[in-house]
Amino acid sequence: MTLLGLYNYWVFILLLVVGLYAVLASGNYVKRMIGLGIFQSAVFLLFITMDKVEGGTGPIFRGAPSPDQLFANPLPQVLILTAIVVGIAVTALGLAIAIRIREEYGSVEEADTRRLDEQA
Amino acid sequence: MTLFEQLPILVVVVPLFVAPLLAMVASQGRLPWLIATLTTAITFLIAIALTTQVLQSGTIFYELGNWPVPFGIGLAIGPFSALMLLIISGASLAALVAGGQSMDSEVGQEHQSLLYSCWLLAMAGLIGITVTGDAFNVFVFMEISSLASYVMVANGPNRRALTASFTYLVTGTTGATFYLIGVGYLYMMTGTLNLADMADRLSDVSDTLPVMIAAGFLVLGLALKAALFPMHAWMPNAYQFAPTPVAIFFAACSTKVALFVMLRFDFVVLLPNLGEQAYFLSSLLIPLCVAAFLVGSAVAMFERDLKRMLGYSSVAQIGYIVLAISLVSSAGVTAAVLHFFNHALIKAALFVAVAGIVLRFGTSNIDQLAGLGRRMPLTMLGFVMAGLSLIGVPLTAGFISKWYLIQAVLEEPGLGILLTILILTSSLMAVVYIWKVVEVAYFKVPAHGSLNDVKREEAPLAILVTLWLLVAANIWFGIDPELPLSLATMEAFDLMGGGQ
Repeated sequence: MTLLGLYNYWVFILLLVVGLYAVLASGNYVKRMIGLGIFQSAVFLLFITMDKVEGGTGPIFRGAPSPDQLFANPLPQVLILTAIVVGIAVTALGLAIAIRIREEYGSVEEADTRRLDEQA
Repeated sequence: MTLFEQLPILVVVVPLFVAPLLAMVASQGRLPWLIATLTTAITFLIAIALTTQVLQSGTIFYELGNWPVPFGIGLAIGPFSALMLLIISGASLAALVAGGQSMDSEVGQEHQSLLYSCWLLAMAGLIGITVTGDAFNVFVFMEISSLASYVMVANGPNRRALTASFTYLVTGTTGATFYLIGVGYLYMMTGTLNLADMADRLSDVSDTLPVMIAAGFLVLGLALKAALFPMHAWMPNAYQFAPTPVAIFFAACSTKVALFVMLRFDFVVLLPNLGEQAYFLSSLLIPLCVAAFLVGSAVAMFERDLKRMLGYSSVAQIGYIVLAISLVSSAGVTAAVLHFFNHALIKAALFVAVAGIVLRFGTSNIDQLAGLGRRMPLTMLGFVMAGLSLIGVPLTAGFISKWYLIQAVLEEPGLGILLTILILTSSLMAVVYIWKVVEVAYFKVPAHGSLNDVKREEAPLAILVTLWLLVAANIWFGIDPELPLSLATMEAFDLMGGGQ
């Protein structure tokens, strides 16, 4: 396969690294959640890409299926539906905690919360 | 179909179904606590029934919805899973019984039914991970238990619980996502998610690059979840700031479940199919484990907060367990499984004692615990006994663990003596940090008045009874380790007997 044929996988790696960098480098709790979201979508892309069968259509039965008809593999799609739900739950919970941090400390910057904790 | 045959799924479903019902119960009085405790007690009884069944007739297989296994999700409860079931439900029961009063003092009444609902979800998730035989199912259960755990940590009395929970969430999600990538690579190579099926099909593509990448991602992700050094930073914070009963529960079992999955993948799926790389894997992990128990014990020596100190001690104990796993030998697996069980007993006892101390003193800062030995003699004595077990004094469960661990290490040519010396050094450091508490508790004079003025004020009866039952178990399994040992050797035979 050519370089271009692996396009999706290159995007997967890029998203993975960008997301992970945002999680590690940012001291802002909301930005870290955004990074985590990007990081997780990278994995969604990996799974969705691997289910593609060359020349295959979407895995939906219409009429009598002929034996030579090709379908994409539906299993990774189902898995990713579950993973997306998990991702939403994580994002919602992370942002809820960020809101509570803002209520308690008046800031969503890690540097500020750390300073306030040391003063206390 | 009798009810008895449905036990493998009921052990997950019972807490999972009670959890949302509990969230709807009005948070009044002790009702939410009572429901959670009863549900956990039922789960514990099911776990005992399953363990006796495993001891009699070996691994139990169960097909969900009667779908045959590579297509549907199969449950498989082997000897190690059975032991994990006992640890998880037992630790949860002990933490609930002992922690009811601590929970009242640390968490507002209006949040309690939701918190106990999360507790049951976390327990159902942890149990689910140990019984399922499906790689993606593991991910789902892992996230169920983790999400519930983040919420429980965030409910701690200090506002720093919020930042601790956030760090825990980011680390945990990153770990779970790495795990998912690893599963993705394995699925690409095999087209199956069932662990046993995966192991069979991997033999056609063994030693290929994707399988090695998968191994890397899986080990990294699970090490993050398990708080293996140097990825442990979230754990002492989470233990310190979570409500104390939650800390009891987590300390005994939550990171161990990630290690359980690691052991499963290492031995069932990867090792038979990685050949030379098995050696590479262990040469990567052994230095990390050594660093884990040396650094963990060293930091614990200087830590002034009791819960945080025990958190760092857990970092060290995880080092021992992973070391035993990465030896890749039958003796190593036996030692690891034994220490899973014994460490749960030790840490649960220590944290139950801490719960009593925090309830009476209102702090877990060691410097403010002067007069503890006079004020709560029975609680402190329990703490000391569990501490001796942690150090590994003969006639305690901790000694049995260390004994088997050192035997397994000595089988290793070349490194054996060095590793033994390092393990003993780390045990000596444990003597230092347990002694640090003993010194303050028995000998330090309180700021006001003298030691003789201290009035006796024991922890509540629930805490005392739980603590001494756990201490008794520590001694019982130190003298007669028949139950964990037979399960551990059965598991070692299952994993290593055929292949190596």
